[in-house]
Parts: sequence; C-alpha cells; structure tokens
Amino acid sequence: MKALRNLLDKLKPTFSEGGKLSALHSVFEGFEAFLFVSNQTSKSGVHIHDSIDSKRVMFWVILGLVPTLLFGMYNTGFQHYLAIGLFEQTSFWQVFGWGALSVLPYIVVSYVVGLGIEFIAAQIKKEEIQEGFLVTGLLIPLILPIGIPLWMVAVATAFSVIFAKEVFGGTGYNIFNVALITRAFLFFAYPTKMSGSNVWISLNEYFGFGNAVPAVDGFSGATPLGQAAVATGSSLHLTSPLGNPLSWWDMFLGLIPGSIGETSTLAILLGGIFLIATGVASWKIILSVFTGGAATILVFNVFATNAYMAVPVWEQLCLGGFAFGAVFMATDPVTSSRTETGKWIYGFLIGVLSMILRVLNPAYPEGMMLSILFMNIFAKLIDYYVVQHNINKRLKRAILSSNPVKTTLYE
Amino acid sequence: MVPVQTIKKGLDINLKGRAAFETTTVGGIDSWSMIPTDYYGMTPKVVVKEGDVVLAGSPLMVDKLKPAIRFVSAVSGTVTAVVRGEKRALRNILVKPDFKTDYLVFPKENPLDLTPEGVKIRLCESGLWPYIKQRPYDVIANPDIPPRAIFVSGFDTAPLAPDYTYILKGKGVDLQTGLNALTRMTPGLVFLSLPESCESAELRGVQRVETRWFKGPHPAGLVGVQINHIAPINKGEVVWTINLLDVLFIGRLFNQGRVDLTRQLAVTGPEVIRPSYVSCLPGSPLSALVDGNVYKEIPLRYINGNPLSGSRVEAEGYLSAYATQLTVLHEGTDTHEMLGWVLPRFNQFSTSRTYFSWLTKCLMPEKAYEPDTRILGGERALIMSGEYDKVFPMDILPEQLVRACLTKDLERMEQLGIYEVAPEDFALCEYVCTSKIEVQREIREALDLLKRENGD
Repeated sequence: MKALRNLLDKLKPTFSEGGKLSALHSVFEGFEAFLFVSNQTSKSGVHIHDSIDSKRVMFWVILGLVPTLLFGMYNTGFQHYLAIGLFEQTSFWQVFGWGALSVLPYIVVSYVVGLGIEFIAAQIKKEEIQEGFLVTGLLIPLILPIGIPLWMVAVATAFSVIFAKEVFGGTGYNIFNVALITRAFLFFAYPTKMSGSNVWISLNEYFGFGNAVPAVDGFSGATPLGQAAVATGSSLHLTSPLGNPLSWWDMFLGLIPGSIGETSTLAILLGGIFLIATGVASWKIILSVFTGGAATILVFNVFATNAYMAVPVWEQLCLGGFAFGAVFMATDPVTSSRTETGKWIYGFLIGVLSMILRVLNPAYPEGMMLSILFMNIFAKLIDYYVVQHNINKRLKRAILSSNPVKTTLYE
Repeated sequence: MVPVQTIKKGLDINLKGRAAFETTTVGGIDSWSMIPTDYYGMTPKVVVKEGDVVLAGSPLMVDKLKPAIRFVSAVSGTVTAVVRGEKRALRNILVKPDFKTDYLVFPKENPLDLTPEGVKIRLCESGLWPYIKQRPYDVIANPDIPPRAIFVSGFDTAPLAPDYTYILKGKGVDLQTGLNALTRMTPGLVFLSLPESCESAELRGVQRVETRWFKGPHPAGLVGVQINHIAPINKGEVVWTINLLDVLFIGRLFNQGRVDLTRQLAVTGPEVIRPSYVSCLPGSPLSALVDGNVYKEIPLRYINGNPLSGSRVEAEGYLSAYATQLTVLHEGTDTHEMLGWVLPRFNQFSTSRTYFSWLTKCLMPEKAYEPDTRILGGERALIMSGEYDKVFPMDILPEQLVRACLTKDLERMEQLGIYEVAPEDFALCEYVCTSKIEVQREIREALDLLKRENGD
C-alpha cells in the first residue's frame, strides 16, 4: 500500500499542470481517487462528512446488477445450446462459460466507448471523472439482445453519452436515462437487430461470432412478448423456443429468450431487495411501478377483449423488461422525480403506461423503455406541481398572517 | 401545557469526547483579541488605537452602518495592536489584559422598568447587542425594526454540544432578568423551547416567556427548526433569535451593572485528552484553553463551535465571540485510505445503509465515533434525491431550495422559504450529501445576495 502511495506521489507531478502528461490529468486523478480516498479536508461548512460518496453508491448499484448479469450470461448459453439441440450433453460450466464469453464483448465495448468519452469530457471541462457511467455501462449490455452487432452498440453508446448526457452537462444533469437512450437509438435506427424473432438467441458457433449453426427443427426465437403481440384468436399460448408451453415458473426464473439481463424476475428481485435494503434505490418508485403495472393489468383483465388482455397479473409482470425497468431504470435518481410525493406518481404512471403500450399497441412488443423515457420528461412536471404545492402553502400562510391574531400577552 | 412537538427527521451523530461535568477556570491570559469576522455581515470601524487603555465593556469598534451597535472589550488592559490585512481590511484588535479586570460601570436596573428603547440602548452601548440575531438573513439584528417574536432555544442537540442544564445551574436570576429584557423589545412573544426531558429547575422556572416543548434528534435544538414548528416566518416579517447562554450576559448587565462575558465553554472532541467545561472569556487565545489537553502528534483541526456549523480556527487563533463549544478533531490530511470507498469501514459513521453503522447503532447504541475532517469523496452534481429531506425537519423542500440557491434564482428562493432559514439549519444536509455540496456556504451566499438585492 505504501509503495503504491509513493508511486502515485512520484507520478503526480508528471500529470499535474505543466507536467509532460498533463493532458491526462483527469484520468490520473480518477485512478488516484479510485485507489486512495482523497485526503482533502473540508474548507467551509461542516467539518465532518458522512462516509458515503458517489463512487460507493454507483458501485452498490453494480453489485445489485450482479445476479441479473450472471443469470443473463447463463441464459445466453442456455438458449444457445437449447436451440442447437446440444443442451443435454453440455455441462453447466460450459453453458455458463459460453454465455459469459458472448456477453463480455458487449460489456467491454460499452465501457470502453462510454468511459473513453467521459474521460475526454472530464479533461476538457477540467473536472474530476464522474462515476455515473460505471452503472450505465453495465446497464447497456443487459438491455440488448445478444444478436446485435458490436459496432452498433459502440455507435449507440457514443451517441447517448454525448447527446443525452454530456451536452446537458454530465452526470446529474441529464434529462433522460442514458442507458435507455442507447436502447432507443438502436431500436429506431436498427429495428431489424432489436426486434423480431432472430436476435434474441445466438446461433453462432463461437460465443456470438462465426457462422451460424443450424437450429433444431421447430425452433422459433421469438420472445414471449413477441409471440403475444402477433397472436390471434381467443386464447394465447406462449411457448419456449422449442415449442413447449411456458409456465409461470419459466417466466419468473427467466429461462426464456429476451434481452440479456431482463429475463429473470428472480435475479432482478434479488438485486432489487439488495438495493432497497442498502437504501440505494428508492423503494417508493419500485413499489409504485409494480403497483401501477398490476393495477392496469387488472383493469385489462376485467375488460378483456382478447387473449393478451386477459393474461394474469403474475405472468404479465414477469415478462419482458418490466421488472428490470422498474428496479434498475425507473429508480435512476437523476432522471426520476426528486420529490417524495412525486416518486409515487412517477412510478405509478410508468407502470400504467408500460402496460398500455405493451398490451394495446401491437407495434411495440415492449413498452417499458418508451414509458420510462416518456415519464423522464414528466418527472419534472410532477415535481413542479409538488413544489408548487409547498409554495402555495407558504403564500397562503403569509396572507393569513397579515392579520395577526396574537399580540402581547405580557406587559 | 402545550403538547410536545416531536421532531422525527434528523440525525444524532455520536462522537467521542463529550465534555465531563466539571469546570476549570482559565487563569490569566496574556493576550485577548476581537475578531471582526466573528460578526458576520458587519463592516467594522475601529474606535481605538494602539496604546489606548480600555475597560471591560469599552467599545473597540462599531458597525460602520449602524454606529450605535458597539463591539466591546471583554477585558481591561492596553490595546497592543490593530492588525490590518489586504486592502486595510481589519483582521483583529489585540488587547493585553491587566492582571485584574476593571469593568466599565453601567446602572443596575430592572429591565421591566425600562422602555423598549431604553433596553435597546443599554444593550447597544454595552456591546451585548451583537448577540441578538435576526431572520431573515441570519445577521446581527437591526435594532430599528421591532421583531414579530423572539425565539430562544433552551437546548443544544448538535454533536458534543454543551449541556445547558449543567451550565445554567444556579444562574436562574441572571437568566430571568435577561429574558425579561428580551420581552421588552418585541410587541409579540418571547418563545423558549425546552427539551421534553428538561430537568433544569432554572429553565422550568422561567416566567414571562412562552415555553414550548420539543423532542427528537438533532436538529430539534436548532432555533430555526423550532421557529418553523411554532410560527414560521413569512416574507416581510422579522424575528430575532439569541442563544440562551448569551441571555445570561444580558441578565448580568442589568443585575450587576457590568459587562461580564465569562462563559462556561465546552471543550470537546475525540482529540481532547480530558473533555470538560472551561470558564473563560470569548476572545481568549486557544492555547490558554487547550494547551496540554490535546493529542498533538497528529494534525488537528480546531473548531469554534460544533463540528457541523462551527468555524475553523488555527491553533494560534482565538475563541470566537459566539462559540459555546470548542471542538478538536483529527484533520486527516495524513490519512491515505486505500479503496476506502468500497470497504465496510466499521469505524466510520454513515447514514447510508451501504455501511454498517445502522447495525452498530442497534447493537451498540453507545458507540462513539472519531471522525476526521476529510470530505471522503469528490464534489458532484446533485445525484441522490431525498437525502436532505431525511434530516431536515422543516416544512421546506430542502433540495429544491438548495438548487434555487445554486442557480441564484432569487424569486424561487423566496417562494421556497429562504427567509426562514440560516446556514446552520442545512448543516446536516451538508453532512449527509453524497455529492459533497457545500450547502451551508451556498445558503450563506444566497442570503447575502438577497440582502443586497432587497437593500435591507
């Protein structure tokens, strides 16, 4: 530890202003702050500070994402081996390993592109490197299908980091959820790689690369939501890629096709419980998203005119990106409502909107992304009214007190 | 009796080094200093020069804009230096104290027999006026505008704060006289807030004031929080506040006819060897107060006041006029914590449940922490929401108000209640802030800006 500290102290002048590598000042500082807690002491105001800082908050969100990430890796391998008919002969670790190696390039691309831009931006602004992208960088691969080309991920990440975040001023100033903007960009720019029935399961030979291996007979790579969106007739039969009917347990556990991290409601709930227990994510938002979603489904159930509207609450909530969005996307503190009352309304409306988009609009099999982005705009409006309520109360009080009741009691 | 107001939001930070209930007296001091920056927002005009002989109670400087407000010497002696810094800004006035203190004589009077003007004049000429503060703006009160009410907090809940019950023991007469003087100066009421568990006979026995009862964690003892719960300040209204321990000075002035600023200061903090009370004068050199009583091997931070809202002072500095507490902490510049942000940090306190101090609080409620003054993170834009709200028990939206202050949006500040607050009310917000924003400084600058714009 001491040697490392000495090394940093020795390198410091090189990276400081006037040093040879002063162009990398922000990067050096970022790594230094990563390795050693800054020994800077308070100049004004409080003399003691809470031990929490933004690094820890961001890292705890990443910890919360670990179950989904690991499950997503396994599921990627699982779907692959199932599709090519070799699952029975393959060991658990081989399945997981195949999935992990397929997912890894997406994580690397997302981090390299995003953090690269963040480093450059920090250097230009002469600010410290901000940690926001540590979370965004992991969220991006988790909400993408495994079949999307890496260069598209790179382009979309660059687009969203620059235009959804840095132009607004960086972490803490963005209006829209950066990871969702990445997904929305891909969704509208490259729709064939983001939807349909060919992108969710990788049939390629080597970890997502190489030539496609022929799938088993009767294979269909459509997600349950994709099936529901195109279903006709009075009853809905959701099936696995091999044509077997899906049980609720399959949906909850998440061994179904879908975006890498979104399929397992169980893993997401584990992460959600972790984030709520550590106080990192707002339980109000998570709870109200689920409540909003459930309430809307119940209304659909009552007035069901087709089989999709009649899907019960427990199944509907486990499908698609609903749970993932509720736990990891809607709770982004920067883009959600910041008032406590606002959080209830914000979350509830996300739940309502996502179900309306999902069930009533056949053009988008999944409504979570759009409904969160939509509510990102409205979050500020909700806050406006909550704040205005406080302002009006104060105004009213001032008017009342211009006729004072109390005068001197003691003389 | 008015029911007890329960403050739910807030935070008690249990620090090591609470002052023991014993008082030592500081003997002769070899220098005494008046520091103009103690009196926030005042432009000083020096009325003495080097070599002048002064008594305890003689003016050393006056407020340039309101010359009636005097700032007086707490000791008798010879002015040894009027120190000026850049642009001739007054740094401090040094007095070499005599061996025995001679007091300037004021008439002994019952303040209830005086007119409101009479009380004000007496307080101004005796140099006790600056202890009365006003809201809005949290500055020395303007004697020309009668306040809607005067609020006095009867307890201090800040970390390591002095115990009023202990300090006020046997001082009931001066306390009552001081409060009587206050009642003469407002057409409204004088509110005294007491803790629910108040056992002080002196405090329970006071008369002529409205007593209100509070319970709950810090900042229940902050007068700003109490005002907000008793009768919030509206735009255009003025209220005054004064520290209860300073009310004793006023009582002494009327009862004894002299300005005796002796106070029992709580010398506290993890780096103090024997934390206890010290009977001393504001303006005393710190060395006289802490020499031999602190762990000197590590860099130390001395704080005039409590660790949340006090002001930093160097070891060779002087006790502030307002400080009722002196806190000594480890500065922490010599600490290099490797990967600290990801470790469990069992010995550090945090409100965040990503640490275990919530668990420690359940298992070992008595555990006291020894924080240093490191910021423990970099300054960021506001990211986490609802953090301030949990420690801010006023009917004000703290985050939104801080944002209005950050953007210097005057109208919005007014709408969101800037006139009701003082920087100290936001100390806990600043403490818990993940983004490490200097909230108190922002509030102070906003209040200054508003004061300028309003021409008050």
